[in-house]
Amino acid sequence: MHLLKPRYVSAGLSLPPSRDCGQRVDQLLQHTLNALILGGTYALLGIGLTLIFGIMRVVNFTHGELYAFGAYMMYLWVMLVGTNFYLALVLAVALGVLLGAAIELLLLRRLKGADIDTTMLVMIGAWIALQNLEQFTWSGVAKSISAPFPAAPLVLGPISLSWNRLFVFVVASVLIVATYALINRSKLGKAMRATFQDRETAALMGVAIDRIHTATFALGSGLAAAAGALLGPVFVAYPSMGDLASLKAFAIVILGGLGSIPGATAGGFILAFMEELGAGYISSGFRDGMGFLLIIFILIVKPTGLFARRERIG
Amino acid sequence: MKHAATLVLLAVLLSLPLWMSNLYLLHILIMTGIFIIAAMSLNLLLGFTGQLSLGHVAFFGIGAYTSSLVSLGFEVHLLPSWQVGLEAKPVWLAMLAAILLAGLCGWVIGRVSFKVRGAYFVIVTVSFAEVVRLVALNWVELTQGPMALNNIPVLRLGLPGSFEFAFLRKPANYYLVLVVGALAYLLIRRLVHSRAGRAMIALRENEALAASVGIDVTRYLVLATLVSAGIAGAAGALYAHYVRIVDPEVFSFIYTVTMVIMVITGGKGTLAGPLVGGLIFGLLPEALRAFSIPPEIQWVIYGALMILIVYFLPEGIVPALSRWWRGRWQQGDPPQLAARSEAAP
Repeated sequence: MHLLKPRYVSAGLSLPPSRDCGQRVDQLLQHTLNALILGGTYALLGIGLTLIFGIMRVVNFTHGELYAFGAYMMYLWVMLVGTNFYLALVLAVALGVLLGAAIELLLLRRLKGADIDTTMLVMIGAWIALQNLEQFTWSGVAKSISAPFPAAPLVLGPISLSWNRLFVFVVASVLIVATYALINRSKLGKAMRATFQDRETAALMGVAIDRIHTATFALGSGLAAAAGALLGPVFVAYPSMGDLASLKAFAIVILGGLGSIPGATAGGFILAFMEELGAGYISSGFRDGMGFLLIIFILIVKPTGLFARRERIG
Repeated sequence: MKHAATLVLLAVLLSLPLWMSNLYLLHILIMTGIFIIAAMSLNLLLGFTGQLSLGHVAFFGIGAYTSSLVSLGFEVHLLPSWQVGLEAKPVWLAMLAAILLAGLCGWVIGRVSFKVRGAYFVIVTVSFAEVVRLVALNWVELTQGPMALNNIPVLRLGLPGSFEFAFLRKPANYYLVLVVGALAYLLIRRLVHSRAGRAMIALRENEALAASVGIDVTRYLVLATLVSAGIAGAAGALYAHYVRIVDPEVFSFIYTVTMVIMVITGGKGTLAGPLVGGLIFGLLPEALRAFSIPPEIQWVIYGALMILIVYFLPEGIVPALSRWWRGRWQQGDPPQLAARSEAAP
């Protein structure tokens, strides 16, 4: 980590010393707000991945591709077909759910009982194939997606906030709450929790494990596609966007503890804060590196993550 | 029989630049050779100790950057007032430095990340590679960032002033890669057949059992990582002085994946596996190019092949072939036993 220090020093603090204290507080507020907004989508990504790992014991390397898929579906429906933005969002998420179910049925179903490394290799293969299919279909040029929000930001005193990001945050929050409700209140959620605790016993109690696996993978994939569909219009869609999303989702899940949904939620926000503050006060080049430093740090200091109690042997 | 096959293979490899005039194909073979060396080093970890390291490209890249920087010389400000620099050193010294530094990084990473296993270990290694890539991308003063390190000198051997040989042309580089590859192969073979190698295989098969008979698990895992990282560093150094330009792309995750595919396809935990897998996946892109298949579809085929191999040939080509061979010629030998002895020599 000391390798990063020279950069920190030579780049200098991002705030010139002449600015007064009030502006610094404003800037901190602005960073905090940005982090909160980004954290919502990160939490979506993390919850999807942690669900799949916790229930299926699959390290899902295609997670980021589902994220990219969500963004490209927005591009397809909004920009090429010309559907209504909100309808496109629903379609993108629904297609993400279908793609997730297809991956589970075609690739993972037959690997039941295989060890974690084997499934990981299959998922890596699927990831490479999906990403390059995306690149082949949509070409390497980044696609921007227009959103029906006013361009002028919402100004609240010293801080400003774009309407699009506010929309992203609201939808992400709703989806997080809905996922919690699904897991904790519904019958399907109960079966999922039972499978998570003890697969064999759950099967003995009449839980159709195969169907739970398909539902879990579809749900996790849908959440990833939702994150992509929400962030696609904020940023742009490009073929390798899934890589960073996957790796960040891993960071979030490691931070919270693999298999822990509250952990993934908190992890998403923590990672967003670290990135936002790191980019604001240290160097924007290392924005995407924060997650990885965080993983390495967490695993040295508290290998069980912040929220999981179990042994760290996958 | 086996000896004869080995001799024929050696003869073909040694004489290859003499009868193959196609320099482009020779270039492909050199690059394939460099990746085979990296895949062999990965095999030591993945095949013999059973740890799936998805950050292996970090050691390759560290080797490439170290060797380039030592041979080019550099100056950096560690603090605004504290400057550290290094004069340009001869390339052979730079390559040694690359191997040592990569090995050292392997040792540190081994110490840190073998606290965890399985999925956690995989993610730690991925993160490590990504952090190193970002450092290479952002520490512009040292690495030139995305502008890349250019004009990296080629390896020169001999006595300065009187006689000197520069590894500038492709046949010379081919032999260089061949020699380093052979050394790496012999080193890995020796290690695997030693007491330490048997300890590694034991802990791959059953870690708890291995620990219970007194094998210091972490120590052997760290040893394997150190050797493996050193060899990967050597491959990176070869790459740097052959291609002569190094940018942060050498840390791309896709290179790790290529190495993993080579090892898995050939047969993890066999000495010949990475060679066979490496040749297939090193030359396959050229074969696909001949059918004018676009690169994206080529990668899709890679991904699909990887899935198919995991489904239908889970132990890889070499164990499957050797089992078939033994089953055919030595009917008395039960095939499972034969495969086992090949997998764990």
